[in-house]
Parts: sequence; structure tokens; C-alpha cells
Amino acid sequence: MIPAAFDYYRPKDMGGVIALLQEHGDDARVMAGGHSLIPMMKLRMAEIAHLIDLQDVAGLDGITVEGGRITLGAMVTQHQIIDSAALLAAAPILREAALQIADPQVRYMGTVGGNVANGDPGNDMPGLMQCLDATFTLVGPDGSREVAARSFYHAAYMTDRDDSEVLTSVSFAAPRGGYAYEKQKRKIGDYATAAAAVQIEKNGDVCASASIAMTNLSDTPVWSKAASAALVGTTVDDAAIAAAVAAMQADIEPVEDNRGPAAFKRHAAATVLTRAIRRAWDRA
Amino acid sequence: MNDMTPEREERVAGLKGLGCSRKRVEDARFTQGKGNYVDDLKLPGMLHGDFVRSPYAHARVKSINTEAAMALDGVVAVLTAADLAPLGLHWMPTLAGDKQMVLADGKVLFQGQEVAYVIARDRYVAADAVELVEVEYEELPVLTDPFEALKSDVVLREDLDPAAPGAHGPRKHHNHIFTWEAGDKTATEQVFAEADVVAEEMIYYHRTHPCPLETCGCVASMDKVNGKLTLWGTFQAPHAIRTVVSLISGIEEHNIRVISPDIGGGFGNKVGAYAGYVCSVVASIVTGQPVKWVEDRMENLMTTAFARDYWMQGKIAATKEGKITGLWCHTTADHGGFDACADPTKFPAGFMNICTGSYDIPTAYLAVDGVYTNKAPGGVAYRCSFRVTEAAYFIERMIEVLAIELKMDAAELRRINFIRKDQFPYQSALGWEYDSGDYHTAWDKALTAVGYDALRKEQAERVEAFKRGETRKLLGIGLTHFTEIVGAGPVKNCDILGLGMFDSCEIRIHPTGSAIARLGTISQGQGHATTFAQILASEIGIPADSITIEEGDTDTAPYGLGTYGSRSTPVAGAASAMAGRKIRAKAQMIAAYLLEVHDDDVEFDVDRFVVKGAPERFKTMKEIAFAAYNQAIPGIEPGLEAVSYYDPPNMTYPFGAYICVMEIDVDTGEHQIRQFYALDDCGTRINPMIIEGQVHGGLTEALAIAMGQEIAYDDMGNCKTGTLMDFFLPTAWETPHYTTDHTVTPSPHHPIGAKGVGESPNVGGVPAFSNAVHDAFRAFGLRQSHMPHDHWRIWKIADDLGLHG
Ligand SMILES: Cc1cc2nc3c(=O)[nH]c(=O)nc-3n(C[C@H](O)[C@H](O)[C@H](O)COP(=O)(O)OP(=O)(O)OC[C@H]3O[C@@H](n4cnc5c(N)ncnc54)[C@H](O)[C@@H]3O)c2cc1C
Repeated sequence: MIPAAFDYYRPKDMGGVIALLQEHGDDARVMAGGHSLIPMMKLRMAEIAHLIDLQDVAGLDGITVEGGRITLGAMVTQHQIIDSAALLAAAPILREAALQIADPQVRYMGTVGGNVANGDPGNDMPGLMQCLDATFTLVGPDGSREVAARSFYHAAYMTDRDDSEVLTSVSFAAPRGGYAYEKQKRKIGDYATAAAAVQIEKNGDVCASASIAMTNLSDTPVWSKAASAALVGTTVDDAAIAAAVAAMQADIEPVEDNRGPAAFKRHAAATVLTRAIRRAWDRA
Repeated sequence: MNDMTPEREERVAGLKGLGCSRKRVEDARFTQGKGNYVDDLKLPGMLHGDFVRSPYAHARVKSINTEAAMALDGVVAVLTAADLAPLGLHWMPTLAGDKQMVLADGKVLFQGQEVAYVIARDRYVAADAVELVEVEYEELPVLTDPFEALKSDVVLREDLDPAAPGAHGPRKHHNHIFTWEAGDKTATEQVFAEADVVAEEMIYYHRTHPCPLETCGCVASMDKVNGKLTLWGTFQAPHAIRTVVSLISGIEEHNIRVISPDIGGGFGNKVGAYAGYVCSVVASIVTGQPVKWVEDRMENLMTTAFARDYWMQGKIAATKEGKITGLWCHTTADHGGFDACADPTKFPAGFMNICTGSYDIPTAYLAVDGVYTNKAPGGVAYRCSFRVTEAAYFIERMIEVLAIELKMDAAELRRINFIRKDQFPYQSALGWEYDSGDYHTAWDKALTAVGYDALRKEQAERVEAFKRGETRKLLGIGLTHFTEIVGAGPVKNCDILGLGMFDSCEIRIHPTGSAIARLGTISQGQGHATTFAQILASEIGIPADSITIEEGDTDTAPYGLGTYGSRSTPVAGAASAMAGRKIRAKAQMIAAYLLEVHDDDVEFDVDRFVVKGAPERFKTMKEIAFAAYNQAIPGIEPGLEAVSYYDPPNMTYPFGAYICVMEIDVDTGEHQIRQFYALDDCGTRINPMIIEGQVHGGLTEALAIAMGQEIAYDDMGNCKTGTLMDFFLPTAWETPHYTTDHTVTPSPHHPIGAKGVGESPNVGGVPAFSNAVHDAFRAFGLRQSHMPHDHWRIWKIADDLGLHG
């Protein structure tokens, strides 16, 4: 648990960060809260010769809710998400999800940018952002670009982000209707055995729109278009929920690990999704 | 004269002696971060050691190239077996009569085994150098299953002559270590042949790890000028370590000083001797500099002593009415690559023969086969006396299985089989003499406290509701009545490496009436500095607050065998009382002299000696202490000191009744503990608050073990649970509320009647949690499902029983 030697940088602006990334290429990595990266370095699963701390870089913080759009600076911590009254009013699913990430000590450090950029299938925010149809803003040597959360993840630790790019913010339209983030885990501080993010809009007795994303059940987060579609136009009765669950099952590919065999994970996925849909529908 | 007048009561209270919930004197420093642990130690010129470890579970070591590592700036030396061999230190004896490689001698037998030891000026450089040591391995077939190991042609221990007997008798196979038996085999077979009812089951108690928050480590410092070696370490038995170091190294024992500073939990993990200690001592001798070695978490979980891993094939015989007539157990014990269990020498399976538990079982037989596999060595008593948790789990599961077989209520089945109060001292079929007990009283108190009958009714209703599809949660009622055997132990049958398992206390009363007492034990969180002062306060009439307790420095403390197996109070606690009585005897003579009466005419009264029949004439202990130092008393030496080495006449047998009420979600496999009631009888209660704390801690470790904690390997022998992400340590969040209760049945042979309590909650807790899980599914036909009961395994129970539709 002793990391290999590394050089530490603390640039003040994005230009400085990009310059370092360009200079050192794959040997350099940015660090936000460090609560995914530092454990990897201590286990020597990642040897990073040049560590670039983003803490002093201006313009990466702040939560704004404006004109129906929510923007989170990359360095906004999970604790700040939990603590924000504006966010609670505009997108309460964020608080519900953040409260199920790790423990308070980790949440004081862990950032939304680090969580979504990390590419670990166990992270909760990527699925959440897919559920919300969020957009990630990336800044690189050639300027900035936007990528949809739903197309950002290619495989475990493989994302659309180029080595020389930095994720600066996450933004999405304020969700409407009912919401739920349901997560099964073995203990506090554990990644999900299975987790489901659900947003549902109700029109009269009928589901007008739905968005469903699953976490830690494939090597990327899974936004299940078919599961979402299975609810639309229904009264979200048992049959509709069963159809959504069946559709979700076709989109996930869990593998056995210490949390259990794939069959168990499929059952847990069905259970958390059923519960999440019910709770979201109740709140819609 | 013993009337409790308010004045006398006040004097008693002022002592903070036996029975007082005195606040722990240790906590002031621990809660302020002012503890002093091994890793806090920084000596001038101190070097740092780190291990190159095997990535393979079974492999031949073809070559080790240390050139690149040696070339790294700051690296002082890299030791391999070849360097240790000339000193005869490439292997070391284990506590179990086997030997173990200090550094890989030609092959490795478990993943994480020590292959080379890097010594560097800086901890970080040491870690970098570890990466630079090039080791060429040739992989060998891996054996992780003890049953397979006993059949396999693959020889794990090529160093042993397969035909020669081991430390505990003949070996049946090259991967077999020993067979240990207790009881009457023929008589037991006869009972089973004639029994009305026989229930049979394989009870597996999985491999886990004590995982103390502070890992193992040491600092070795050889002073080349005076030839003295000082060894600071996380040792649960500092004196035994001193003797072992002397025997292994040849350094005379008076030239070795072993110091256990504050220890951040031990739970058995810190009893044994590890390669890190040997290498650090050698490194310090070679370099003439102090050398520190401290494990990281993964090293601790993967390489230093594990616990359990017992496959217990059981049979229990009974009459139709449920009276148990016989018990049979054959255990296959997975000891890993070396037999490094920490047990008294004559007990290679510890006190597993306490497995008749709290029950009057007339005939029984136990056999244990120890087996080598490609797993880490160990097999320590993790918060229990030697293999007592295994024994308690076995019998408490077998009772449940028998209840199912008999279609009987498990509480009633226990009640009709308990050893009765009038049967103590009770001679068990497997060879122990239980000192005292009153099981029926404890059991009835427990059942009443939880409202047992109402719970059973609720459970039956829940099953019906579940069948009707109205709920997905089941209710389990986990019962346990455990009996421990602790306080090892009588020197006539208990020793470790030939060292008798007595313990000791030395007291010095200062002229002004305060005192220091030193013991052969060492606290790792048990609160000895608090409780031993209380024993002494009541014995000698000096306030506990005026008594310093010191342990852990072999240059100052009297010899003792250390702290594990709940032995401190039964053995060192008894030594304290006995030493206190020696002080009192001398004080009596001094008092008589001062009061100008005959010795027999004064008597002890709380904190003073009074003239019989004239209570206004007295001398306080404070006055007596001063007199001991400033008066020339004819026939009495100056000073007021005593030492006692206590060899207990018997073990003590704490017991308890635990009941766990658990809700289980059949879909997610999650559980919720609704109620946990723990009644403990540890005899005389020294400090009720510390007892409660010990019970809470032990129950939480029991919860961990039963519900998720394990050391698991894949087929290649890779450890899958090497970090706290996968190795379950409960936090406040997972920990339920506990209700504690007690009865008091003193030990008849212990000077103050105390029995030891620190391990009871683990011994009783594990079966209570596990039985609750099993009980929840009893209505659906479950008989046995192995721990740990984590989510997926509980889900699997439900799935196998067809509860997922
Ligand atoms: C005990 C424990 C339990 C945890 N449990 C959970 C859990 O249940 N759910 C969960 O989701 N997470 C969990 N985490 C992870 C935690 O939420 C991390 O903080 C988070 O995954 C990463 O955020 P960070 O700010 O710490 O990122 P860092 O660790 O600093 O970085 C992570 C990765 O993202 C990259 N990165 C960071 N910021 C940016 C950026 N702005 N642009 C581009 N790349 C960037 C880094 O280079 C690095 O590769 C846990 C962590 C711990 C230690």
C-alpha cells in the first residue's frame, strides 16, 4: 500500500493542466478528490509518474440551476451535492444517490467529475447521469466539446475522453416527475451489487416518460432504452414493471465476483429496479 | 463488623474495586490519539524492511535476482533464504511443533509467502525495491481443498519424511499433519447403533481472519556495543517471544528485551511468531541499525494467522423424547502450508473437545485430522479460546439439526439436555471437568426476556403470510446456549513450546500508599490497567486510582504467557489476587505491631486493619505502607512487595444464553437484526461496563463472521478477500443494538470467582446469528447452509428452496 514515486503538480489554470497532459501523455493523470485514483496508486495497480492536482484550477466548482438546466462543476463534491438546497429542489435524485455512495469521509473528497470520468463500472454517478441524459463538457488542446453520458462509456475504464482532455462540467435538464435511486450493497462504503436510477413522468394515470439506468451490472453503466419504453403508456402496474425488468435483463451482462454469481446479480437487479420503479411512480 | 454503614460504604466506593463500573484509564490517551503503537516508534538511523511475496500459491522458486534492487539508491540489503541458511534461520519452529520457512527455501506453499526481505533507508524505497527483485517461479499444481489434498499425489511439504511421525503422532498421507482423538470411539459407535434417532450433518466453519485494526509489526534494535537486542512488537505474549527469539537466535535471554507497547487489537492474530520478526532481528544484527517492519492490510489478511477452516462432520443420537445419548464428530482441519496453529502443545486441535457444549451427553467421540493445503498458515483462536468457537458452533448447529429431525422446539430440546446445576463439577465425556454452571436459570431468564413464545407465534404467522404472498420477509429466531473453556491453563496439561501456562503479578506498594503492579499479560484493548487495579483495590485496600498497572516489558514484568484465550482474568487476575493477599498478610503483621496487639487480633476492613471488637482502633493501608518503609519492625523485612505465579487448578467455564431475532429478505438476501439479547455468566463481575463493552465488541465480530467475513481462495489459490472492500468489517451502520444481561455463578476454584468474558460473545454470537438465518428457513425445509451468510448465499438458500417462484 505504498505508491511508487511520482511528481506532483498543482497548476492554477486549465491551460497549465492541458500543457502538462500534452507533455507527459499517458504518464500523467489529473487528480480530483483522489478517492479512486490514490487507492489504485497505493495498490500499484496504477503507476502515475506525473500527478496533476485539479484543486487550484479555477472554474471547476459550483452548482448552478438556471433556466431549467442544472450544471455541476467537475470539482463539486458528493458532500456538496447532498448539502445543496437548490439541487434538492431541482433534481432530488442526486441527493438520494449521493447518500448511497461510500461514507461521509469519502464524500467530502470524492467529486462528480472524478466519479463520472473514472470509468469504473462500480461508480454510481455514471448510471445516474445516463438516467438524466446528462452532457459532459471536455476541454482539451483543441478547445472544448460535449459528449452525452449515454455514449461516453466504451468499456471498463475506457471512456470517450482523450488522455489530454479534462472533464470540466456535467449538465442536464432539470428532471420532472418521480425519481428513485435504489442500490443494494454489502455494507456501508461498498460499490453496488446492483443499482437502479429511475425517473418517471406521469400524465393522469399513465406513464408519460421514463428513464432507467443500471449500475455495476456490465462493464459500463447501462441505460436501458427498452426498459424505459416498457413503462411508457402504461399505468405502471405489475405487468408493466415485469416487462421493464425483463427488458432490462436483456441489456445487462453481470459477471460473478465476491458479491455473488451472475444469477444472483440478475435477481438483485430485478429487485432493485422493481423497487425503484414503484418508488418513483409513487413520487411521480 | 461487616455491616454496611454509610461510612463503610463510602470507603468501599472510594476504592473503585470489584463490581465498580470504573471508567477505563486507558481511554484518555486512546481517545486523544496519544496511544503509542509500534509504528509510532522512530529511532535514529532506523531502517525499513519489506517483503517480496509470492504471487503463486504453489511454485518452485528457480532463481532470485536481487541486483536491480540492490542498485536502487537507499537499499541496504536484500535477504533471501540463502543468506539465512548459514545462520540456520531460513526456517523457524512453529508453535504447533512444525517448522515454517522464514524465506522461501526452494518453493512457496501459499500466495503471499515471504520470498525475500528488502532493507532500505526509507519505507518508500523499500517498497520500490521489492518491485525490482526478480524471482523466477515454476508453477506447481495447487491444492486448496483439504479433502482433495488428502488424496492427491502432489506433495506439498517435500521437506518432511512422509514415513516419519509428525509432532502429534503418525501421519497417514504426505499432506496429512496429525490425527487427534478424544472420547470413547467404540462406546460411541455402540450408542449410535442402538439409537432411536440419529441426525447427521456436515458443519463447515469457514476460514476467516482476526483482522485487528493495527496490523502486525516490530522494531528490532541490536546494540552492538553491549550485545543487547531490544524488540518492540505487536506481541500478545512478549515473554514467550523473548524465549523463542533466544532459542532461535542463540542470543542469551538476559540480553533480549521484548516490549509490547500499545496494541491495536490482537484477537489471536498476534500470538504467533512471524517471518517479519525473524528477518527484522537478523537485519538489525547484520546492519547494526534498528529495523522496522510493519505489515500493510493486504499482508495482514493474506499472510499472518487466519482462523477457523474446520470441516466438522457430525452425528448426534437421541431418544424419541429428545434426550441426547451420543455425539460423534470428525473434523478435517485445513491448516494451510505449515502447521502454525497457536494451541497448547498437547492440544493440536485446541479445546475442540469442549464440543459437547452445555449438554449432558454421556458418550462422545471426536477425531480431528490436520491437513496441509496451499493456503496461508495459522489457525489461531480468533477472539476465543483454542478452537472453542468451532466447538460451540458445531454443537449449537447439531442441536438445531436434531430439533428438526425430532420435529421439536429447539429451546425445549436444549432445556431437557442441559447439565443440571447439581451435576457440577461435571465430568464431560470428552475429558473436561466443568467448574460451575446454572444453565436452566440463564435459559429461562433469556427466553422470558425476549418473549420467546410470542416470537414463535409471530414467526408462524409470518410463514403463513409469506405463503399467501403478502410479504417477502421471513423471521428467524437464533438460539444459542454456549459453554466455553478458558483460562489456559493448568501447567500439568497446558504449555506452549514447553512453557507452562501459568501467569504472574508483582506488586510494589510505595511508601505513601500508592502502588505499581506488573503482570505477565498484555492488554490489546481489554482494559487491564483498569480491571486489574480493581482486583487489587479490593484485595489490598488501596484505591484503584492509586495503582498503576504495567505490562508488556520483559525487563520489568514478571514472566507470563500473555493474553489470548480469555486467560488474563482467570490466570493473571488470580495471580493479582494472590499477590494482593501476600501484601495483606504482611500488612496485617505491620498493623498488629503498630497497634500493639497480636496478629490474630486485627482484621482487614476495606482499606485498613482494625482491632477486633474495637473498630475505633485501626491503621489504614496508607499508614501501614509508610510504616513498612520507615519503621524497624522486629522480625519483618522493610518494604511492602509481593509476587505471585499462579498455576490454575482448572480451566474456567463461562457460559451464556444468546437470542437473535432476524428479518430476512428472500429476494436480496439482506438481513436485519431486530433484537439481540445476550446473557453472560462470567462468574464474579469485576467491571460491568468493561464487560458490556467486551460483549458489544465480541458480538460485532461474531456478526461479521456469521454474516459476511471470510478469507476465500479461487482454485489457483489466489486470495480473493485481501482488502477491506471484500473482507467484511462491520461499521456502526451494520451493527445492531444489543441488550446485555447476566447471571452470576462464580468459579469455585478462582480466588475471586471470575471466569473471563472477552471471548464469550464471539463464541456464542456466531451460532446465534447463524441459527437465526437457518431458523428463518426451517419451515421450508432447510437443515444446513454454510457461513458466511452474505447476501448471495442467503439468496441461494431461498432459491434452492424454490422461494423465488
Ligand atoms: C471506501 C470507498 C468507497 C467508495 N464507494 C463508492 C460508491 O459506493 N459509489 C461510487 O460511485 N464511488 C465510490 N467510491 C469512489 C468515490 O466516489 C471516488 O471519490 C470517485 O469514484 C472518484 O472521484 P474523485 O474525485 O475522488 O476522483 P479521483 O480519484 O481523483 O480520480 C478518479 C479518476 O478520474 C480521473 N479524473 C478525475 N477528475 C477528472 C476530471 N475532471 N477530468 C478528467 N479526468 C478526471 C482521474 O484521473 C482518475 O483516473 C468509493 C471510494 C472509497 C475510497
